[in-house]
Amino acid sequence: MQKPRIDFGSLAIPLLSVTVALFFGGILVYIQNINPITAYTALFTTAFGSWEGIATTLAKATPLILSGLAVAIGLRAGLFNIGAQGQLISGALASAWAGYALDLPTLIHIPVAILFGAFFGALVGFIAGALKAYRGVHEVITTIMLNSIVIALADFLASRPFKEPDQPLTRTPAIQESARIPDFLGLPFGFFIAVAIAYGMWWFLGNTTSGFRIETVGKNKSAAWYAGMPVKLTVVMAMVAGGAIAGIAGAIETQSIVGRFEPAFNAGLGFDGITVALLARANPLGVIPAAILIGGMRASGSTMQFEAGVAPELVDLLLAMILFFVTAPLLARLLRKKESGVTLTSGWGN
Amino acid sequence: MKVTTTKIVTLLSIAVFVYFYMQNDLVTTSVVYSAIPLALPLALAAMVGVLCERTGIVNIGIEGTMLVSAFTAFFVAAIFEDTVTGLVAGVLTGIVVGLLLAVMSVTWKMDQIIAGVIINILAAGLTSFLYRQGYSIPTTLPQFDITWLAGIPILGPILNFHGPITYFGIFFIFALWFALYKTPWGLRSRSVGEHPSSADTAGVSVTKLRYLNVTIGGAVGGLAGSYLALEWVGIFERGFTAGKGFTALAIMIFGRWNPLGAFAAAIFFGLAQAMTNQLMIDEVINIPQQFINMLPYVLTIVVLAFAAGKVRPPAAEGQPYEKEKV
Repeated sequence: MQKPRIDFGSLAIPLLSVTVALFFGGILVYIQNINPITAYTALFTTAFGSWEGIATTLAKATPLILSGLAVAIGLRAGLFNIGAQGQLISGALASAWAGYALDLPTLIHIPVAILFGAFFGALVGFIAGALKAYRGVHEVITTIMLNSIVIALADFLASRPFKEPDQPLTRTPAIQESARIPDFLGLPFGFFIAVAIAYGMWWFLGNTTSGFRIETVGKNKSAAWYAGMPVKLTVVMAMVAGGAIAGIAGAIETQSIVGRFEPAFNAGLGFDGITVALLARANPLGVIPAAILIGGMRASGSTMQFEAGVAPELVDLLLAMILFFVTAPLLARLLRKKESGVTLTSGWGN
Repeated sequence: MKVTTTKIVTLLSIAVFVYFYMQNDLVTTSVVYSAIPLALPLALAAMVGVLCERTGIVNIGIEGTMLVSAFTAFFVAAIFEDTVTGLVAGVLTGIVVGLLLAVMSVTWKMDQIIAGVIINILAAGLTSFLYRQGYSIPTTLPQFDITWLAGIPILGPILNFHGPITYFGIFFIFALWFALYKTPWGLRSRSVGEHPSSADTAGVSVTKLRYLNVTIGGAVGGLAGSYLALEWVGIFERGFTAGKGFTALAIMIFGRWNPLGAFAAAIFFGLAQAMTNQLMIDEVINIPQQFINMLPYVLTIVVLAFAAGKVRPPAAEGQPYEKEKV
């Protein structure tokens, strides 16, 4: 069995990308007559400066680890899963329904509700995977369209059939106490589930036949086909697995943070997963620190506004720039490193 | 003449139109009239896709191009209190975004899907960071009352009373079709998209042509974004483009990478939405608003599921061109 190994060479580009993005973000802050050092100090001391801050950061990082993994397993199979957002919302709603509608003892209720989330997330992933494998429809378009469809559908369900009665908001009833995921050592327990899934995926990709198939299909589809691998099935399985993991992200959000399904609460988590996965270069273990960094920035964006007067949307812009620098070959050329990026594009047909 | 999905859809649409026109000409005219503003941004955005993909560059960043162009068009128009200045700014922004995509995909040979997604995420981040409330533009672009156009029976009232970008846009779509199939530029562009090394051997600069077409595409994307902000509703909000750039890609595929085919597909999308809106107003159908909002997205997936396997994209699409070393 292979051992986790930290390759410092491959850390250089992500770290440099974050630094350069922070530098350019600082210039934008400076133009608005605000001291960027004050802003960044506020951002990072809130996120990582206290035990309480770290707990909040890890809670924010939990869905990002999972949505990052959902994107990463797609990248490994040569697919670009932009649909983590829709898969996550599908899972969040399903777990909320299982959380309030079913009567089960705690030890069973928690995992059952999570599995509901995983199943309905996987279902959304399956649609995109099957359309890709059997109809040749590019997954980027279908997943984006499915995001909008799932958001509208969830909004409908939470405002009509699953709506909490006798109140005006679009939301489901609160989940029962037996479905709530407790804290563990003062930290959200969902974080440990997410880390376990990250390790699980790392092990799966390196040590199982299915994992090897995913890697081979991702690296060279024709080679995989000539070797007799079920390419289409592998594509579907990678999307299903990604959808299930994103669905678990939604379930954990519902069962440990929100306590019900409320559409506004899950916005953006799936999209940040794209940044997390590319920052981690689609490495399941790299996803953990990448998600913690981005979760920290997300968690303390509003404090930064409060203390330094910078619009919290700065975080959106910083993440976009991180994504740009981590994928563009600019910095790699600066470091004279040979690029070994993932190739996804081969037109719309294949 | 070959029977294609586009032609069938076009003929069906005409048949449906004639039927409804005979039932109730006023309502039918108003429905088709209202389909044009719904179809035009999609059609223009699909032209961005046609321009880029015909030379072999996948452009998934149309959404971001439109978003950031709509943003600059709106705020420049609001700050300088002049809508035309806003329009110029919107198109220039589109050109800049087009150049960025060209640099990433042609010069840096980046994965084109990732390059496009970066444009979308950068556009969303930039526009939501810089967005300020409380601005408004002086006026939307004017609607023209063209006497001779209004005089045409049946079609007159549908085609009259639109803004400058609409008329230019329709002209541009036909011009692009002509340019793509009847001029040397078009032949070179298509050959670069199909077989770049042959085009290179024949003396066509693959890099230059890809840069040129992706940049023109950016300008058209800028025009589509400006249309949304300055001619259509005259406002800007975060996430304003609402997936139109992605629907446009489906329309481009549905129209088989042909400007006129894509135009027909865009009108089909616009009509579907306009008709649903009318049926809702008439209370013929009573379905929740969320399902109405879903319609273009579901339509996109259905169209792709049936069209994608049957149509053939430009052969060299998505592949960076490496000149052979001697």
